[in-house]
Amino acid sequence: MSKPNNLILQTATALIAFILLGFSVYLFFAGHNSPGGGFIGGLVTAAAVVLLYMAYGIDFVNKILPINFRALISVGLLVAFLTGVGSFLFDVPFLSHTFGYFEFPIFGEVELATAMLFDLGVYLTVVGVTVTIIINIANDTKAEV
Amino acid sequence: MSNLAILPLIIPAISGVIVAFTNSHVKTTRLLTKLFTLIGLAVAMFVAYTVFTDGAIILETGGWIAPYGIILVADKLSILLVLTTNIIATAAVFYAPNSLSLRQETHYFYTFYFMLIAGVTGAFLTGDLFNLFVFFEVLLMASYALIVLGGDKVQLRESIKYVLINLFSSMLFVTAIALLYGAVGTINMAQIAERVAEVEQTGILTTIAVLLFFVFGTKAALFPLYYWLPRPYIVPNPVVSALFGALLTKVGIYSILRVFSLIFIHRTEITHEAFIWIAGLSMVFGVIGALSTNNIKLIISYNIIPAIGFIIMGLGIFNLDALSGSIYYLVHDMIIKSALFLLVGVIAYVAGTSDLKKMGGLIHHYPLLGWLLFIAAFILAGIPPFSGFIGKLLLLRGALSADEIAITLIALLSSLLILYSVMKIFIRGFWGEKDETKTYTKKPSLGLILPIVGLLAISVFLGIGAEFVYPSIEGIAEYLLDPQIYIDSVLKE
Repeated sequence: MSKPNNLILQTATALIAFILLGFSVYLFFAGHNSPGGGFIGGLVTAAAVVLLYMAYGIDFVNKILPINFRALISVGLLVAFLTGVGSFLFDVPFLSHTFGYFEFPIFGEVELATAMLFDLGVYLTVVGVTVTIIINIANDTKAEV
Repeated sequence: MSNLAILPLIIPAISGVIVAFTNSHVKTTRLLTKLFTLIGLAVAMFVAYTVFTDGAIILETGGWIAPYGIILVADKLSILLVLTTNIIATAAVFYAPNSLSLRQETHYFYTFYFMLIAGVTGAFLTGDLFNLFVFFEVLLMASYALIVLGGDKVQLRESIKYVLINLFSSMLFVTAIALLYGAVGTINMAQIAERVAEVEQTGILTTIAVLLFFVFGTKAALFPLYYWLPRPYIVPNPVVSALFGALLTKVGIYSILRVFSLIFIHRTEITHEAFIWIAGLSMVFGVIGALSTNNIKLIISYNIIPAIGFIIMGLGIFNLDALSGSIYYLVHDMIIKSALFLLVGVIAYVAGTSDLKKMGGLIHHYPLLGWLLFIAAFILAGIPPFSGFIGKLLLLRGALSADEIAITLIALLSSLLILYSVMKIFIRGFWGEKDETKTYTKKPSLGLILPIVGLLAISVFLGIGAEFVYPSIEGIAEYLLDPQIYIDSVLKE
């Protein structure tokens, strides 16, 4: 069977996927003060990954992205739950959050909040769920994602 | 410390995530599941003990005070149900490895099981109407997965019905919450109760109350809304049926109990009067269903409906005796229904069929199973020394003191028919000549029998030890009759 030539799609994807990934990271970090957050960030990341799958095929992307997306769901949930449980250590009510200001070499003074850890859990779960659903439906062969 | 209130919820949630990692190693998963479930049971016992000695635990998550943040309320009613949930979960988890196929176990059964328990516990503990919706969805999502697990044709067919009806009622639930939020401007149950009391439940609020009742009535399978329940509940594995039959409808009935004893209590001539009618009709139609079939699983499944009728009858009458009867019956019914579902699962397994017409003379081969079913039938119907009796006695006493003669007669008659419907399994399946042509080679393992024996023992204790249990139940009923206690403990004004 002859392989179709997707030179344009693949070249464009190489560019767009990285812009999408960068945008998703921006959305993830922007969530505290402007529209964005873990959910939409995760969806945009998943869109980038799905675009890679569309352009390069499942086998190739599995090689360059050796991530078990199903395990990513569990990791994300665990991060989110543990963020809540972490408040037990400081004897404050469940899911209490705190924040502080830190000095970084390039960014200068940055406000870091523990709510971001919870958002990281949401982000990982959303990426895992979305990619797992799409790959399982798209793949006719027995998927071991 | 107020964080105690989150523990019964967060332990199954985290356990579910942890066993998802060990999914492919079945032995490790089974061991971890049993361990985590036992930890959950011990914690639930401890929290229940704390609540019954020191009073309700209110957890304001994130440190945001009551009407503004999400709160979890572990009061006597909710913690009693959480404890019962954990007891049933423990029985189910010891039964599961003997009953499930390896393929089902490695397809994340234990994760979904833990998520179901977390959802049910959350629904019991929450003090906020929208979170109640979220926990309903958590437990429903897990139940969707559990009902199709295995992928038989019949499971796929019944799950479609189940998912559609539940999606529809969830959508109505969101609509009802939106309307209520539009009317009173809050979703915290204590503050809703306060504001509804201020305007003495005007017309629109009663409409919303009926809409909410419609939603919870669908989840709890009350009279006109029960048609979806019996068949989807019998298609999955017996252990899943037991969890569903014992927990899911009871979450609906708990929500009705909570909402109509705390918030919408000012127009009882409309709402609570209707409950008595619905209760009577649920009993009648439920037992008719149970009598109509020869499928032993379907008989037990139909028996859920009259039990829900009994519980809501107590709420409709709304006096001390009837409410304590409702709560007693709720706890009793959760335990006995799970025991019965597990038991008919074993019977159908050893007989190779769930059709009564193809059985007979099982007592010659399985005397223990037969007598367990006999005791379970007596407990279910409410024969005096057992737990069903105390609940029904209190309910009937409450009904008679409120001069509700018709419902009393219906309740007594339907009890008789419930006994007959379950005894039919015993008479047709276990009695009879020893059939030499059939060979019974399947032996139920100890792992299948012990959880049932354990549940029946608790049920027998609830009946015989009524002197010990009843004061706590009556305390809950008194607490429910005075919503001001709940409001004050949450809003702390």
